[in-house]
Amino acid sequence: MTTVDDVAPELVESFETTIGHHDRIEPRDWMPEGYRRTLVRQIAQHAHSEIIGMQPEGNWLTRAPSLRRKAILLAKVQDEAGHGLYLYSACETLGVSRQQLTEMLISGAQKYSSIFNYPTPSWADVGTIGWLVDGAAICNQVPLCRTSYGPYGRAMIRICKEESFHQRQGYELLMTMMRGTDEQREMVQESVDRFWWPALMMFGPPDDDSPNTAQSMEWGIKRHTNDELRQRFVDMSVPQAEALGVTLPDPELRWNEERGAHDFGAIDWDEFWTVVKGGGPCNAQRIAHRKRAWDDGAWVREAATAFARRSAS
Amino acid sequence: MSEVRAEPPQAQWPLYEVFVRGKRGLNHVHVGSLHAADDQMALRHARDVYTRRNEGVSIWVVRSADITASSPDEKDPLFAPSGDKVYRHPTFYDIPADVPHM
Ligand SMILES: [Fe+2]
Ligand SMILES: [Fe+2]
Repeated sequence: MTTVDDVAPELVESFETTIGHHDRIEPRDWMPEGYRRTLVRQIAQHAHSEIIGMQPEGNWLTRAPSLRRKAILLAKVQDEAGHGLYLYSACETLGVSRQQLTEMLISGAQKYSSIFNYPTPSWADVGTIGWLVDGAAICNQVPLCRTSYGPYGRAMIRICKEESFHQRQGYELLMTMMRGTDEQREMVQESVDRFWWPALMMFGPPDDDSPNTAQSMEWGIKRHTNDELRQRFVDMSVPQAEALGVTLPDPELRWNEERGAHDFGAIDWDEFWTVVKGGGPCNAQRIAHRKRAWDDGAWVREAATAFARRSAS
Repeated sequence: MSEVRAEPPQAQWPLYEVFVRGKRGLNHVHVGSLHAADDQMALRHARDVYTRRNEGVSIWVVRSADITASSPDEKDPLFAPSGDKVYRHPTFYDIPADVPHM
Protein backbone atom coordinates (compact mmCIF):
# COMPACT_ATOMS: atom_id res chain seq x y z
CA MET A 1 0.00 0.00 0.00
CA THR A 2 1.27 3.46 -0.85
CA THR A 3 0.86 6.01 1.87
CA VAL A 4 1.32 9.70 1.48
CA ASP A 5 4.75 9.32 3.13
CA ASP A 6 6.20 7.14 0.38
CA VAL A 7 5.23 9.26 -2.61
CA ALA A 8 6.93 12.19 -4.23
CA PRO A 9 5.73 15.44 -2.63
CA GLU A 10 4.93 16.97 -6.03
CA LEU A 11 2.36 14.20 -6.65
CA VAL A 12 0.62 14.92 -3.36
CA GLU A 13 0.76 18.63 -4.06
CA SER A 14 -0.66 18.21 -7.54
CA PHE A 15 -3.54 16.10 -6.13
CA GLU A 16 -4.30 18.66 -3.45
CA THR A 17 -4.15 21.58 -5.87
CA THR A 18 -6.57 19.83 -8.20
CA ILE A 19 -8.99 19.18 -5.33
CA GLY A 20 -8.51 22.74 -4.05
CA HIS A 21 -9.46 24.18 -7.45
CA HIS A 22 -12.59 21.97 -7.59
CA ASP A 23 -11.00 20.43 -10.66
CA ARG A 24 -11.44 16.73 -11.44
CA ILE A 25 -9.14 13.81 -10.62
CA GLU A 26 -8.85 11.39 -13.54
CA PRO A 27 -8.09 7.63 -13.39
CA ARG A 28 -4.35 7.73 -14.07
CA ASP A 29 -3.60 10.66 -11.75
CA TRP A 30 -1.88 9.82 -8.52
CA MET A 31 -4.34 9.70 -5.62
CA PRO A 32 -4.07 8.84 -1.92
CA GLU A 33 -4.97 5.23 -1.17
CA GLY A 34 -7.73 6.39 1.20
CA TYR A 35 -9.32 8.48 -1.57
CA ARG A 36 -9.29 5.50 -3.91
CA ARG A 37 -10.68 3.16 -1.25
CA THR A 38 -13.46 5.57 -0.29
CA LEU A 39 -14.46 5.96 -3.93
CA VAL A 40 -14.46 2.23 -4.61
CA ARG A 41 -16.69 1.68 -1.59
CA GLN A 42 -19.08 4.50 -2.44
CA ILE A 43 -19.34 3.90 -6.20
CA ALA A 44 -19.66 0.13 -5.77
CA GLN A 45 -22.39 0.56 -3.18
CA HIS A 46 -24.13 2.94 -5.52
CA ALA A 47 -23.82 0.54 -8.49
CA HIS A 48 -25.07 -2.41 -6.43
CA SER A 49 -28.07 -0.32 -5.33
CA GLU A 50 -29.07 0.29 -8.95
CA ILE A 51 -28.79 -3.42 -9.76
CA ILE A 52 -30.57 -4.73 -6.65
CA GLY A 53 -33.03 -1.86 -7.02
CA MET A 54 -34.48 -3.55 -10.09
CA GLN A 55 -35.96 -6.34 -7.97
CA PRO A 56 -38.66 -4.61 -5.88
CA GLU A 57 -40.19 -3.05 -9.00
CA GLY A 58 -39.41 -5.97 -11.27
CA ASN A 59 -41.78 -7.84 -8.98
CA TRP A 60 -44.67 -6.00 -10.70
CA LEU A 61 -43.59 -6.23 -14.35
CA THR A 62 -45.78 -9.19 -15.20
CA ARG A 63 -48.75 -7.83 -13.25
CA ALA A 64 -48.84 -4.18 -14.32
CA PRO A 65 -52.49 -3.16 -14.69
CA SER A 66 -52.19 -1.89 -18.28
CA LEU A 67 -49.90 -2.14 -21.26
CA ARG A 68 -49.00 1.55 -20.82
CA ARG A 69 -47.90 1.01 -17.22
CA LYS A 70 -46.04 -2.13 -18.17
CA ALA A 71 -44.06 -0.40 -20.92
CA ILE A 72 -43.20 2.48 -18.56
CA LEU A 73 -42.12 0.13 -15.78
CA LEU A 74 -40.00 -1.93 -18.17
CA ALA A 75 -38.25 1.22 -19.39
CA LYS A 76 -37.63 2.36 -15.83
CA VAL A 77 -36.22 -0.97 -14.69
CA GLN A 78 -34.04 -1.09 -17.80
CA ASP A 79 -32.73 2.40 -16.93
CA GLU A 80 -31.73 1.15 -13.48
CA ALA A 81 -29.72 -1.65 -15.10
CA GLY A 82 -28.03 1.00 -17.24
CA HIS A 83 -27.28 3.11 -14.15
CA GLY A 84 -25.63 0.12 -12.54
CA LEU A 85 -23.48 -0.40 -15.64
CA TYR A 86 -22.37 3.27 -15.85
CA LEU A 87 -21.33 3.10 -12.20
CA TYR A 88 -19.56 -0.25 -12.45
CA SER A 89 -17.55 1.19 -15.36
CA ALA A 90 -16.60 4.21 -13.25
CA CYS A 91 -15.60 1.94 -10.37
CA GLU A 92 -13.46 -0.23 -12.65
CA THR A 93 -11.32 2.78 -13.54
CA LEU A 94 -10.07 2.53 -9.94
CA GLY A 95 -8.56 -0.89 -10.55
CA VAL A 96 -11.29 -3.31 -9.44
CA SER A 97 -12.79 -5.71 -11.95
CA ARG A 98 -16.48 -6.19 -12.70
CA GLN A 99 -16.26 -9.77 -11.56
CA GLN A 100 -14.74 -8.79 -8.21
CA LEU A 101 -17.50 -6.25 -7.72
CA THR A 102 -20.24 -8.78 -8.42
CA GLU A 103 -18.59 -11.28 -6.09
CA MET A 104 -18.32 -8.68 -3.30
CA LEU A 105 -22.03 -7.90 -3.67
CA ILE A 106 -23.01 -11.57 -3.50
CA SER A 107 -20.71 -12.35 -0.56
CA GLY A 108 -21.99 -9.34 1.37
CA ALA A 109 -18.53 -7.72 1.51
CA GLN A 110 -20.04 -4.62 -0.11
CA LYS A 111 -23.42 -3.10 0.68
CA TYR A 112 -26.30 -1.58 -1.26
CA SER A 113 -28.94 0.90 -0.18
CA SER A 114 -31.08 -0.51 2.65
CA ILE A 115 -34.28 0.76 0.99
CA PHE A 116 -34.28 -2.16 -1.45
CA ASN A 117 -34.62 -4.64 1.38
CA TYR A 118 -38.25 -3.65 1.87
CA PRO A 119 -40.98 -5.64 0.08
CA THR A 120 -43.41 -4.32 -2.56
CA PRO A 121 -46.68 -6.10 -1.82
CA SER A 122 -48.90 -3.44 -3.43
CA TRP A 123 -49.09 -1.95 -6.93
CA ALA A 124 -49.09 1.48 -5.27
CA ASP A 125 -45.53 0.69 -4.13
CA VAL A 126 -44.39 1.11 -7.74
CA GLY A 127 -45.67 4.68 -7.62
CA THR A 128 -44.31 5.36 -4.14
CA ILE A 129 -40.87 4.09 -5.11
CA GLY A 130 -40.78 6.39 -8.13
CA TRP A 131 -41.94 9.37 -6.11
CA LEU A 132 -40.05 8.92 -2.82
CA VAL A 133 -37.19 6.51 -3.49
CA ASP A 134 -36.15 7.95 -6.85
CA GLY A 135 -36.90 11.39 -5.40
CA ALA A 136 -34.46 10.78 -2.54
CA ALA A 137 -31.95 9.35 -4.99
CA ILE A 138 -32.19 12.55 -7.07
CA CYS A 139 -31.49 14.67 -3.96
CA ASN A 140 -28.41 12.57 -3.30
CA GLN A 141 -27.23 12.38 -6.88
CA VAL A 142 -27.55 15.92 -8.22
CA PRO A 143 -24.67 17.26 -6.05
CA LEU A 144 -22.60 14.19 -7.00
CA CYS A 145 -22.49 15.42 -10.62
CA ARG A 146 -19.78 17.77 -9.27
CA THR A 147 -17.90 15.13 -7.32
CA SER A 148 -14.12 15.36 -7.58
CA TYR A 149 -13.57 12.02 -9.36
CA GLY A 150 -14.14 12.53 -13.11
CA PRO A 151 -15.62 9.16 -14.15
CA TYR A 152 -18.01 9.17 -11.16
CA GLY A 153 -19.24 12.69 -11.92
CA ARG A 154 -19.79 11.86 -15.60
CA ALA A 155 -21.77 8.72 -14.68
CA MET A 156 -23.89 10.81 -12.32
CA ILE A 157 -24.67 13.36 -15.03
CA ARG A 158 -26.03 10.63 -17.31
CA ILE A 159 -28.01 9.12 -14.44
CA CYS A 160 -29.53 12.39 -13.29
CA LYS A 161 -30.81 13.10 -16.81
CA GLU A 162 -32.77 9.86 -16.65
CA GLU A 163 -34.02 10.03 -13.07
CA SER A 164 -36.58 12.74 -13.50
CA PHE A 165 -38.69 10.44 -15.70
CA HIS A 166 -38.57 7.89 -12.87
CA GLN A 167 -39.90 10.27 -10.29
CA ARG A 168 -42.57 11.74 -12.52
CA GLN A 169 -43.97 8.40 -13.69
CA GLY A 170 -44.29 7.33 -10.04
CA TYR A 171 -46.03 10.50 -8.96
CA GLU A 172 -48.37 10.33 -11.93
CA LEU A 173 -49.20 6.73 -11.10
CA LEU A 174 -50.13 7.75 -7.54
CA MET A 175 -52.16 10.73 -8.80
CA THR A 176 -54.13 8.37 -11.03
CA MET A 177 -54.89 6.09 -8.09
CA MET A 178 -55.85 9.06 -5.90
CA ARG A 179 -58.48 9.98 -8.51
CA GLY A 180 -59.85 6.42 -8.33
CA THR A 181 -61.86 4.60 -5.65
CA ASP A 182 -61.59 4.88 -1.85
CA GLU A 183 -59.87 1.54 -1.88
CA GLN A 184 -57.22 2.81 -4.29
CA ARG A 185 -56.65 5.94 -2.19
CA GLU A 186 -56.19 3.71 0.84
CA MET A 187 -53.65 1.66 -1.07
CA VAL A 188 -51.64 4.80 -1.80
CA GLN A 189 -51.73 5.98 1.80
CA GLU A 190 -50.78 2.54 3.11
CA SER A 191 -47.82 2.41 0.74
CA VAL A 192 -46.62 5.91 1.65
CA ASP A 193 -46.90 4.94 5.34
CA ARG A 194 -44.52 2.05 4.75
CA PHE A 195 -41.98 3.86 2.58
CA TRP A 196 -41.68 7.33 4.13
CA TRP A 197 -39.33 6.48 6.99
CA PRO A 198 -37.11 4.07 5.01
CA ALA A 199 -36.85 6.80 2.32
CA LEU A 200 -35.52 9.24 4.96
CA MET A 201 -32.97 6.61 5.97
CA MET A 202 -31.61 6.53 2.41
CA PHE A 203 -29.50 9.59 3.22
CA GLY A 204 -27.48 7.55 5.70
CA PRO A 205 -26.78 7.95 9.41
CA PRO A 206 -27.05 11.38 11.08
CA ASP A 207 -24.03 13.67 10.74
CA ASP A 208 -22.81 13.08 14.29
CA ASP A 209 -22.71 9.34 13.57
CA SER A 210 -21.15 9.54 10.11
CA PRO A 211 -17.39 9.36 10.70
CA ASN A 212 -16.35 9.43 7.02
CA THR A 213 -18.31 12.50 5.98
CA ALA A 214 -15.73 15.13 6.92
CA GLN A 215 -12.93 13.46 4.99
CA SER A 216 -15.20 12.78 2.00
CA MET A 217 -16.17 16.45 1.90
CA GLU A 218 -12.56 17.55 2.18
CA TRP A 219 -11.76 15.40 -0.84
CA GLY A 220 -14.73 16.79 -2.74
CA ILE A 221 -16.30 13.33 -3.05
CA LYS A 222 -19.36 14.46 -1.13
CA ARG A 223 -20.65 18.02 -1.40
CA HIS A 224 -23.30 18.01 1.38
CA THR A 225 -23.79 16.16 4.66
CA ASN A 226 -26.43 13.44 5.10
CA ASP A 227 -28.61 15.64 7.30
CA GLU A 228 -28.49 18.58 4.87
CA LEU A 229 -29.71 16.37 2.03
CA ARG A 230 -32.35 14.72 4.21
CA GLN A 231 -33.72 18.13 5.21
CA ARG A 232 -33.84 19.21 1.58
CA PHE A 233 -35.77 16.04 0.71
CA VAL A 234 -38.33 16.56 3.50
CA ASP A 235 -38.88 20.17 2.43
CA MET A 236 -39.41 19.12 -1.18
CA SER A 237 -41.73 16.22 -0.34
CA VAL A 238 -44.19 18.02 1.95
CA PRO A 239 -45.89 20.14 -0.75
CA GLN A 240 -45.84 17.16 -3.12
CA ALA A 241 -47.67 15.06 -0.51
CA GLU A 242 -50.22 17.85 -0.08
CA ALA A 243 -50.84 18.10 -3.81
CA LEU A 244 -51.29 14.35 -3.92
CA GLY A 245 -53.64 14.32 -0.93
CA VAL A 246 -51.72 11.89 1.26
CA THR A 247 -50.56 12.28 4.85
CA LEU A 248 -46.90 11.73 5.64
CA PRO A 249 -46.81 9.40 8.67
CA ASP A 250 -45.08 11.76 11.09
CA PRO A 251 -47.12 13.64 13.71
CA GLU A 252 -44.14 15.89 14.47
CA LEU A 253 -43.75 17.08 10.89
CA ARG A 254 -44.40 20.83 10.73
CA TRP A 255 -43.03 24.03 9.24
CA ASN A 256 -40.55 25.85 11.43
CA GLU A 257 -40.76 29.53 10.56
CA GLU A 258 -37.53 30.35 12.37
CA ARG A 259 -35.43 27.76 10.57
CA GLY A 260 -37.23 28.20 7.28
CA ALA A 261 -37.49 24.42 7.11
CA HIS A 262 -39.67 21.54 8.30
CA ASP A 263 -39.09 19.92 11.66
CA PHE A 264 -39.64 16.20 11.64
CA GLY A 265 -39.74 13.28 14.06
CA ALA A 266 -36.88 11.04 15.15
CA ILE A 267 -35.74 8.34 12.76
CA ASP A 268 -35.55 4.78 14.07
CA TRP A 269 -31.82 4.23 13.61
CA ASP A 270 -32.01 0.81 15.22
CA GLU A 271 -34.19 -0.29 12.33
CA PHE A 272 -31.72 1.25 9.87
CA TRP A 273 -28.73 -0.61 11.32
CA THR A 274 -30.68 -3.87 11.54
CA VAL A 275 -31.49 -3.67 7.82
CA VAL A 276 -27.95 -2.60 6.88
CA LYS A 277 -26.55 -5.57 8.80
CA GLY A 278 -28.74 -8.02 6.91
CA GLY A 279 -31.82 -8.23 9.14
CA GLY A 280 -34.30 -6.45 6.87
CA PRO A 281 -37.39 -8.19 5.50
CA CYS A 282 -35.85 -9.02 2.09
CA ASN A 283 -32.03 -8.97 2.44
CA ALA A 284 -31.59 -12.73 1.98
CA GLN A 285 -34.08 -12.87 -0.90
CA ARG A 286 -32.42 -10.00 -2.81
CA ILE A 287 -28.94 -11.53 -2.65
CA ALA A 288 -30.20 -15.02 -3.42
CA HIS A 289 -31.97 -13.68 -6.52
CA ARG A 290 -28.86 -11.82 -7.70
CA LYS A 291 -26.73 -14.90 -7.14
CA ARG A 292 -29.15 -17.09 -9.06
CA ALA A 293 -29.12 -14.67 -12.02
CA TRP A 294 -25.30 -14.58 -11.94
CA ASP A 295 -24.97 -18.38 -11.72
CA ASP A 296 -27.63 -19.03 -14.34
CA GLY A 297 -25.85 -16.61 -16.68
CA ALA A 298 -22.50 -18.35 -16.41
CA TRP A 299 -23.04 -20.57 -19.45
CA VAL A 300 -24.04 -17.54 -21.57
CA ARG A 301 -20.86 -15.68 -20.61
CA GLU A 302 -18.77 -18.75 -21.38
CA ALA A 303 -20.51 -19.47 -24.68
CA ALA A 304 -20.06 -15.89 -25.87
CA THR A 305 -16.37 -16.02 -24.98
CA ALA A 306 -15.95 -19.34 -26.83
CA PHE A 307 -17.80 -17.96 -29.87
CA ALA A 308 -15.63 -14.84 -29.93
CA ARG A 309 -12.48 -16.92 -29.70
CA ARG A 310 -13.58 -19.21 -32.53
CA SER A 311 -14.64 -16.31 -34.78
CA ALA A 312 -11.30 -14.58 -34.22
CA SER A 313 -9.18 -17.58 -35.29
CA MET B 1 -8.20 8.93 -22.98
CA SER B 2 -9.28 9.02 -19.37
CA GLU B 3 -10.97 5.63 -19.04
CA VAL B 4 -8.02 3.57 -20.26
CA ARG B 5 -6.84 1.04 -17.70
CA ALA B 6 -5.03 -2.26 -17.50
CA GLU B 7 -6.86 -5.52 -18.23
CA PRO B 8 -7.95 -7.08 -14.94
CA PRO B 9 -6.49 -10.46 -13.98
CA GLN B 10 -9.72 -12.51 -14.28
CA ALA B 11 -10.77 -14.03 -17.56
CA GLN B 12 -13.70 -11.74 -18.26
CA TRP B 13 -15.05 -10.12 -21.38
CA PRO B 14 -12.70 -7.40 -22.62
CA LEU B 15 -13.41 -3.74 -22.04
CA TYR B 16 -14.56 -1.49 -24.88
CA GLU B 17 -14.73 2.30 -25.07
CA VAL B 18 -17.88 3.71 -26.66
CA PHE B 19 -18.11 6.80 -28.88
CA VAL B 20 -21.43 8.22 -30.02
CA ARG B 21 -22.26 10.77 -32.74
CA GLY B 22 -25.15 12.69 -31.22
CA LYS B 23 -26.49 13.91 -34.54
CA ARG B 24 -25.36 14.55 -38.08
CA GLY B 25 -22.69 17.22 -38.24
CA LEU B 26 -21.18 16.44 -34.81
CA ASN B 27 -18.07 14.46 -33.92
CA HIS B 28 -18.24 11.10 -32.22
CA VAL B 29 -17.73 11.75 -28.49
CA HIS B 30 -16.55 9.32 -25.83
CA VAL B 31 -19.55 8.41 -23.63
CA GLY B 32 -18.28 5.54 -21.48
CA SER B 33 -17.24 1.93 -21.56
CA LEU B 34 -18.63 -1.59 -21.33
CA HIS B 35 -17.63 -5.24 -21.44
CA ALA B 36 -18.44 -7.50 -24.39
CA ALA B 37 -17.19 -10.80 -25.77
CA ASP B 38 -16.59 -9.38 -29.26
CA ASP B 39 -17.00 -6.29 -31.44
CA GLN B 40 -20.54 -7.04 -32.58
CA MET B 41 -21.75 -7.63 -29.04
CA ALA B 42 -20.02 -4.44 -27.95
CA LEU B 43 -22.01 -2.48 -30.55
CA ARG B 44 -25.28 -4.06 -29.49
CA HIS B 45 -24.61 -3.45 -25.80
CA ALA B 46 -23.53 0.13 -26.56
CA ARG B 47 -26.88 0.75 -28.22
CA ASP B 48 -28.76 -0.56 -25.16
CA VAL B 49 -26.59 1.09 -22.52
CA TYR B 50 -25.83 4.47 -24.10
CA THR B 51 -28.60 5.29 -26.61
CA ARG B 52 -31.91 4.39 -25.02
CA ARG B 53 -33.30 7.86 -25.76
CA ASN B 54 -32.12 8.69 -29.26
CA GLU B 55 -28.79 9.99 -27.97
CA GLY B 56 -27.04 8.96 -31.16
CA VAL B 57 -27.11 8.33 -34.90
CA SER B 58 -23.83 6.40 -35.02
CA ILE B 59 -21.72 4.40 -32.57
CA TRP B 60 -18.02 3.46 -32.59
CA VAL B 61 -16.65 0.86 -30.21
CA VAL B 62 -12.97 0.14 -29.72
CA ARG B 63 -11.13 -2.25 -27.42
CA SER B 64 -9.69 -0.17 -24.56
CA ALA B 65 -6.46 -2.15 -24.86
CA ASP B 66 -6.02 -0.81 -28.42
CA ILE B 67 -5.97 2.84 -27.36
CA THR B 68 -2.65 4.63 -27.02
CA ALA B 69 -2.91 7.49 -24.55
CA SER B 70 -0.78 10.44 -23.57
CA SER B 71 -0.27 11.03 -19.89
CA PRO B 72 -3.17 13.07 -18.50
CA ASP B 73 -0.83 15.26 -16.45
CA GLU B 74 -1.35 18.91 -17.33
CA LYS B 75 2.35 19.56 -17.06
CA ASP B 76 3.05 16.87 -19.62
CA PRO B 77 5.98 17.90 -21.87
CA LEU B 78 4.00 16.45 -24.79
CA PHE B 79 1.90 19.61 -24.82
CA ALA B 80 4.75 22.02 -24.13
CA PRO B 81 5.52 22.88 -27.78
CA SER B 82 2.17 24.66 -28.21
CA GLY B 83 2.58 26.68 -25.02
CA ASP B 84 4.89 29.39 -26.41
CA LYS B 85 3.33 29.76 -29.88
CA VAL B 86 0.89 32.54 -29.20
CA TYR B 87 1.13 33.63 -32.85
CA ARG B 88 -1.07 30.63 -33.69
CA HIS B 89 -4.05 32.49 -32.24
CA PRO B 90 -5.89 35.27 -34.13
CA THR B 91 -5.81 37.54 -31.08
CA PHE B 92 -1.99 37.81 -31.41
CA TYR B 93 -2.40 40.32 -34.29
CA ASP B 94 -3.26 44.00 -33.80
CA ILE B 95 -5.65 45.18 -36.48
CA PRO B 96 -7.33 48.63 -36.26
CA ALA B 97 -10.95 48.34 -35.16
CA ASP B 98 -12.26 50.16 -38.24
CA VAL B 99 -10.97 47.56 -40.72
CA PRO B 100 -14.12 45.64 -41.72
CA HIS B 101 -14.74 41.87 -42.00
CA MET B 102 -11.56 40.86 -40.18
FE1 LIG C 1 -31.14 4.82 -10.94
FE1 LIG D 1 -34.27 5.65 -10.84
